[in-house]
Amino acid sequence: MDVVIYGVINSISLALVALGFALVYGISRLPNFAHGALYVTTGFVTWSFLKTLGLNYVVSAIAALIITGIIGAAIYRAVLIRIRGMSISEIVASYAIGLAILEGFRYWGFKGMTYTLPTFTKRTFIILDVPVDGHRLLVVVLGVVVMLLLWAFTHYTRIGLALRGMAQDERAAMMLGIDSDLMALLAMGLGSALAGIAALFLLPLGNIVVEKGYDVLIQALAVCIVGGLGSWAGAIMAAFLIGFAQILSTVYLGAKFQMVVSLIAILAVLILKPSGLFGRQKELEERV
Amino acid sequence: MNIKEKRKERLDRGIKVRCDGIYALMSFREMAYLAFPRLILIVGLILTPFLITAEYWERVITVACLYGLLAVGFDFLAHYVGLVSLGGAFFVGVGGYISALLNTQLGLNPLLSIPIATLMASIVCTVLLLPCLPLRGVYFAIATLLYPLLAGRIIEALDIFGGTDGLRGVEGLMGHYTPIYIAILSSLVFMFGLRRLVNEDVGLVLRAIKDNDQSVRASGISVTRYKAFGVFLCSLGGCFAGAALVHIYMWAGISLFALDFSILPIAATVVGGVHTLVGPLLGCLILVPISELLREFGTLRIVFYSVILLIFIVGKSEGLFNYAQRKYHQFERWVEV
Repeated sequence: MDVVIYGVINSISLALVALGFALVYGISRLPNFAHGALYVTTGFVTWSFLKTLGLNYVVSAIAALIITGIIGAAIYRAVLIRIRGMSISEIVASYAIGLAILEGFRYWGFKGMTYTLPTFTKRTFIILDVPVDGHRLLVVVLGVVVMLLLWAFTHYTRIGLALRGMAQDERAAMMLGIDSDLMALLAMGLGSALAGIAALFLLPLGNIVVEKGYDVLIQALAVCIVGGLGSWAGAIMAAFLIGFAQILSTVYLGAKFQMVVSLIAILAVLILKPSGLFGRQKELEERV
Repeated sequence: MNIKEKRKERLDRGIKVRCDGIYALMSFREMAYLAFPRLILIVGLILTPFLITAEYWERVITVACLYGLLAVGFDFLAHYVGLVSLGGAFFVGVGGYISALLNTQLGLNPLLSIPIATLMASIVCTVLLLPCLPLRGVYFAIATLLYPLLAGRIIEALDIFGGTDGLRGVEGLMGHYTPIYIAILSSLVFMFGLRRLVNEDVGLVLRAIKDNDQSVRASGISVTRYKAFGVFLCSLGGCFAGAALVHIYMWAGISLFALDFSILPIAATVVGGVHTLVGPLLGCLILVPISELLREFGTLRIVFYSVILLIFIVGKSEGLFNYAQRKYHQFERWVEV
């Protein structure tokens, strides 16, 4: 029973982590390899507001989210806009940005076990004889809420519809008067803020360490590739697949194999069906 | 509109045109024109060990040349075969581990274990990368990025090859000048060899694959076989670098799969000049000593070369060598439009 419950929790966490990456790639075809760095940035910024400035938790969390969103938008405006369309340069440049941010944090002393965020609640619940702490339950509830809000935003608001229009056909969207650079900027800001939301939900469960940035990037990549790059529904399905696979491998093989499983999942999907399990891209675009 | 506008006009130098297609060179001046840039690099590199006396900087040049092997391989694979590999560390790791195992388990002399390990590791890398070869663009890049990560995690999880401690007691190279000359000569041979190869028939097929693989396939040539050949050549350089590094540091560990080996060659290629094969080597000879100077700042040097990489990728994407080559072959003047 605990496999099912923790599998669901892990899957929702993975989906949250991957959501921002999937959003940015889906809308502007930008593989944002700085995703993990933005995730960690939110954690450290929140911590700084909380501990050094002594602000309220909610206030500092919201401020950190806004700052992360602005950083993401700034990255797009300053660097990525100039190399859009050159996919390899996009990967290398965004990866270099992520590396610079993460190693910068390491240099300026954000390392070790001393950085933690408080959990939302200290209570523990018993569900079907399995003890689950309240924070993880809240993560599941809030995660679903965030996904529903995002779904509503992209289906019922003008900006959301414009974003989806760009995702479907950028040229047609431009002909209808949608400013594609502005939309990509928004998408990048929103994607970064989503990375930040994931960080706010998941970082209290452990320490804020730089290495998390790399792990988060791999997890986001795993989910998005297995689900099919650019397919949001696929990403959520893939999050459940990988989430349960990770929990099962932790239970039966040991915790060390958790990362091995997600890496093998990406490689296998890439080799067998590069457009992902639920992707709809043309076969010839990615294989010879 | 009576404002005189000017634009820059670039013309080939006469001597370049004369040397370009005609192989019967007419004068020593023309021969010197062709040989001068190449000789600067070759003679300069061969003399370096005598010019610098500090042992520490000899080590730095050695490592720079080994990084150069990786970078030249990356440039070759990316710009002549069309496969962008972000996993240079995989070649280093496999080469290093195999060489260390040959040395510690079978007791082979380093001078024997390095070439044998290079060959074995290249075959292993090529076979392991074989399933990824049909992938294109971003997909191949992401797949190769995962290989070194996966290899590191597997060694950690299964606790094989010494696990997280690595393999100790690897024999070092004899002789004071041996490591640095192995590094310098191998990087020169590898670089000039590849420069020669890309203009041979095989190279033409490889370049055709980069430009339009469907037409190569339509000509009845197996695309995958040629790509595998390209990967094999690239991994020869990377695996050699790994094998040599292991014997220089006398230790093999998971850090051989570290991101450094993947990201620095790419940075060097972008800085040095893409699509030239010389540029990456020059880039390494510039970047590695600079990053060595910044060693006391710890991880700040990774920040530093990420920023350099960004500046070049956004601002000066042709790189230093292409710029220098243009200045050497062409003159510029302002003309009125």
